[in-house]
Amino acid sequence: MDLALGPTYEAFRAELRAFLAAHRGDMPSGTDRAKSLAWQALLIENGYAARTIPKTYGGYGAAPDILISRIIAEEFSAASAPRGLAGQGISMLVPTLLELGTESQKRQWIGPTLRGEVIWCQGYSEPGAGSDLASLTTRAVEDGEDFLINGQKIWTSTAAQADMIFCLVRTEPEAPKHAGISYLIFSMKTRGIEVRPLKTMTGRAEFNEVFFTEVRVPKSQMVGERGQGWAVANATLKHERGMLGDPNEAESRLAALIGLMTAERRDVARLIDDPILADRLMRLQARVLAMKFNGLRVLTSQIAGESPGLAGLVVKLQGCELNHQIAALAIDALGELGVLYDGAPHLRDHGVWQQRYMFDLGLIIGGGTAQIQKNIIAERGLGLPREPKAA
Amino acid sequence: MDFALSPDQRLMADSIAGVLDRVAPLAVVRAFAEGGEAVAGGVWSGLIDLGVPGLLIDEEHGGLGLGLLDAAVVAEALGARAAPAPFVGSAVLAPLAISAGSAIQQSEWLPKLAAGAVLAGVAINEALAGSRDGAGVVAKDGRLTGSSLFAIDAAGADILVIADRTGALHLMAADAPGVEIVPLATIDATRRFSEIRLERVAAEPLAQLETLPRLRDAAWVMLAADMLGAAQAMLDKAVAFAKERRQFGRPIGGFQAVKHLCAEMAAELEPARSLVWYAAYAADAVPAEASLTAAHAKAHLSEVGRFVARTATEVHGGIGFTDLLGLHYWFKRVGVDRQLFGGPEHVRSLAARMQGLAA
Repeated sequence: MDLALGPTYEAFRAELRAFLAAHRGDMPSGTDRAKSLAWQALLIENGYAARTIPKTYGGYGAAPDILISRIIAEEFSAASAPRGLAGQGISMLVPTLLELGTESQKRQWIGPTLRGEVIWCQGYSEPGAGSDLASLTTRAVEDGEDFLINGQKIWTSTAAQADMIFCLVRTEPEAPKHAGISYLIFSMKTRGIEVRPLKTMTGRAEFNEVFFTEVRVPKSQMVGERGQGWAVANATLKHERGMLGDPNEAESRLAALIGLMTAERRDVARLIDDPILADRLMRLQARVLAMKFNGLRVLTSQIAGESPGLAGLVVKLQGCELNHQIAALAIDALGELGVLYDGAPHLRDHGVWQQRYMFDLGLIIGGGTAQIQKNIIAERGLGLPREPKAA
Repeated sequence: MDFALSPDQRLMADSIAGVLDRVAPLAVVRAFAEGGEAVAGGVWSGLIDLGVPGLLIDEEHGGLGLGLLDAAVVAEALGARAAPAPFVGSAVLAPLAISAGSAIQQSEWLPKLAAGAVLAGVAINEALAGSRDGAGVVAKDGRLTGSSLFAIDAAGADILVIADRTGALHLMAADAPGVEIVPLATIDATRRFSEIRLERVAAEPLAQLETLPRLRDAAWVMLAADMLGAAQAMLDKAVAFAKERRQFGRPIGGFQAVKHLCAEMAAELEPARSLVWYAAYAADAVPAEASLTAAHAKAHLSEVGRFVARTATEVHGGIGFTDLLGLHYWFKRVGVDRQLFGGPEHVRSLAARMQGLAA
């Protein structure tokens, strides 16, 4: 056990701190698109965004180093500095193209995506294909040099703003379900695409439905081989799974909750002085610490190039539930003020705790439901028998 | 950056597991639980061969000079076997207390403790968890009077470490005139607990008051590690059983109702392991975080341990409820660890107070 990072990494940290201090004025806030693209360009130039993407494709070209990524995350968070652009294009499509794209696809799409010039959305889930994603039925039928696409996608965040979509379609309806899927990328401006906002329980439309009617896409816009879309998608999902349940998020939310319970009063007593609320807070603090140290253990395995095993498999399930419980306690501690919403007088923290409590339930369901996560933990982590596959 | 057991610690865990396979199989645990005191000698001598009694004692006094994380590795292994051994009192808490004592006390007792030749009982429950039924020890003119409940490793001990009502620690011979050691039968028959009654017993002051928090943190971490080992053993048994036991023509572990119980146990236990490791590491390396993480480790493992103990029993179905598999030894061990030196609610209230988060 040695939690020190050593002089090389500490030097990198000091350099990054100096960079952030020197560039306060360049940091975008709000919706100034030009400023945010300039910030992204500055971060890539200095290796604080797109760090491991090869220079040829518009990245910084450094070797992957998990501790460097961690230091970048820590320092940006400590300085409350905006990170480089995220979004599904950068976090999911770019790694997938790097792994499985053709040379011309890489050259065409990675650079503009990294620079924020092209925004992507993901077309995977369908009304009839949620946990059983491979049963998707959006059809792509060959028509000369093109495919004609008909069907519907759901849970498509940023579909309204997106320039492009990476999309799973069924090209081989007679093949077994996993073998009949292909992965296409195409413009959201293509004729026949309709985007409808999907309002959720939070009262906002964080997602959309996307309808395809005779949408024409050139065959050359396929990533991977025809019928290999499932493998391509799994390469992408692997990148998504790592993002859900991040213990740093739980840690900062717990700190905010402690601040809230210390500052707020009912009659004369601080909320934290209620022993039952304090007990619930301490239970959650223990869980946050456990997930934080579990995260360090996962990190240690990754540095050593080993599989983190169960410690990694439990992160999504436990982390998302923990965030949900933190929001639940904030609401209970606030009591009747905890149900205020939508700019009401006496509203606390802009209603963020209710918004999180509801949205976190969406995260418990999305990205592989809690029940699917338990199957994965039991099968891959504990070696219990696999679920029978339907024909 | 390395959040893991060191190669030496992993080697030690393997050696201890190997020795315990030999000296503490279920038959030995069962024999001890049914009153066969003598069998515990085999377990202890196996641990002596590995230097376990001197783990925390400095090399100058014949020990190995290791840290609390090493001790947690041992405690976890003992919990995993529900092994009867006077480890927490004689090999962890008494050495820590006496190491903070005078040079004379150190040179008189540490070498003997390190060799496993002398056993020490420890009575600090009131100082950590408060007084029940009027228990408490008062020191006056070098003599101790009163009683202490839930002394650990006192049965068969040669010396006793006792906290008085002010939290000051004292050392005395276990057979000094005026000492009475009364067995307290608990649900957990794999370890012996006692009430110590004292009537004007001559004792020497042992250490400064500041030693008590360190002793408390160490005690909490050891109980957390014991629960970690016990819960992991129960989970392993439940998973093995779920793969083997067939109903409706297939292994019960193939049914989601059973499979998900196993996944929930693993999901709770795996992060808890990291919390125990960190709390043990912090006791030596990060003093500012030691008490809070020790408290959280104790309280959290009490919750996770209870959940795993009942759920693993449930996965076993009817056979788990019987005496045949001996699953109940682990179940009861967790049950005692949970309450000893402060139950989870009490420990969490202390954790809140440590941070100024309580009235």
